[in-house]
Amino acid sequence: MNPLVPPMPGLLTGVAVTLLLGVTSFVLGLVLGGLVTLARLCRNRPLRVAAIAYVSVFRGTPPLVQLMLVYFGLPQLGVRIPPIPSAILTFTLYAGAYLSENLRGGVLAVERGQWDAAGSMGMSHGLALRRVVLPQALRVATPAIGSRFISLMKDTSLASVITVVELTRVAETSGSSSFRYVEAFTVAGAVYWLINTVLSAGQETLERRLGRAYA
Amino acid sequence: MNGNVAIDVRGLHKSFGETEVLRSVDLTVYSGEVVVIMGPSGSGKTTLIRCMNLLDEPDAGSVTVHGRTLSYPARGSGRSRRRLIRDIRVRTAMVFQHLNLFPHMTVLQNVIEGPISVRRLPRPYAVEMGERLLAHVGLGDKRDEYPARLSGGQRQRVAIARALAMEPEVILLDEPTSALDPELGAEVLQTMRSLAACGMTMVVITHEIPFAREVADRVAFMDAGYILEEQRPSVFFGAPATARARSFLHLMTEDDDPRPGLEQTG
Repeated sequence: MNPLVPPMPGLLTGVAVTLLLGVTSFVLGLVLGGLVTLARLCRNRPLRVAAIAYVSVFRGTPPLVQLMLVYFGLPQLGVRIPPIPSAILTFTLYAGAYLSENLRGGVLAVERGQWDAAGSMGMSHGLALRRVVLPQALRVATPAIGSRFISLMKDTSLASVITVVELTRVAETSGSSSFRYVEAFTVAGAVYWLINTVLSAGQETLERRLGRAYA
Repeated sequence: MNGNVAIDVRGLHKSFGETEVLRSVDLTVYSGEVVVIMGPSGSGKTTLIRCMNLLDEPDAGSVTVHGRTLSYPARGSGRSRRRLIRDIRVRTAMVFQHLNLFPHMTVLQNVIEGPISVRRLPRPYAVEMGERLLAHVGLGDKRDEYPARLSGGQRQRVAIARALAMEPEVILLDEPTSALDPELGAEVLQTMRSLAACGMTMVVITHEIPFAREVADRVAFMDAGYILEEQRPSVFFGAPATARARSFLHLMTEDDDPRPGLEQTG
């Protein structure tokens, strides 16, 4: 009997690793992106320049090149990082660059008058940012941030080239041993799609909640 | 008026790039007084009251709010200066022409945000005060609505309640009715009348002549960065001293505004 799909040993583990890479890098990337946004908005010029340089490099180069440099390049300089941490590090830096731009766009979309109103009641720059501007910026940035999360989930498949056994790698192994690539990669694709469908639904719920005040 | 100086500005100069917006402005506002600032657009009215709150910092001159003086050009350390600026801002609440309510907060949250996060009042106390102020401006039943669900006049009254919640020495109002239609503007003017009756010190930029006649202790007329006249309203509207003010008032009253009460009645 020929089952519908070839045996895919380790499929569940592969899915778990994909989720681990995607979710961890997204959360860390969001924190990093938030800090970079703050650096870009602050008064300190060297900090601003550093933030701009970071975004320029990590948004301007392919994530595959960044991944190779971290995993294969750094050992040449005496720094050896295992595959999964290498992948998380790279994806965090990569996502952080994009997310900081999404957040900055949100901050810029908040009207000047909101800063005025906060300042006129004696709020410091930081307090105004935290209580007044960021909550509004987050709402504006949510669709872009959601898209970035979904992209990142797919980008984690790149980790297969540095020997991380995640979803794509599992499909590849199964395909090459059974010569049934169509079925193996269809299954992998379907799982990515499923994960991202859940993420989109989450994004929509969040947008609705943040938009409640504006209905 | 009890003779105490609430705000004193001396020799204010302010330029934005090449444009000189304020050229040597002096104005003293006493506690309990209502001062109305009038003048054509571009005369520097808004910049003057933004300087009183230090949202815009003057290039030269001094701003004194209840005994706290800041002189320009700036001297002294940035940190203590920033603290002084914040201190002055807390004491001079501002109501903007464009309803800068916080859209992500409910009406009550808008009102209690400053008291809690800036003045560090205990929450229950701030809530109680917020509810009292909202009732005072006639919006007691709207405490849990978001600003987007209110009319323009209601929003502007929330903005006034938010300003009052800072328990400021002075409220600065920048054309609070000009973005509203006459009916909604009337609600806001009524709220401002009741504030004046309570003895609140106010500096109001407005083109509402009946309001100025009735409520103002003094009218300051600005043009091209100067205060040209400072008069009691009966004098200013009856017999303005400068030709510039006469022509301005002439244009104002000739306006084809059908509102009753806007025509000159002696």
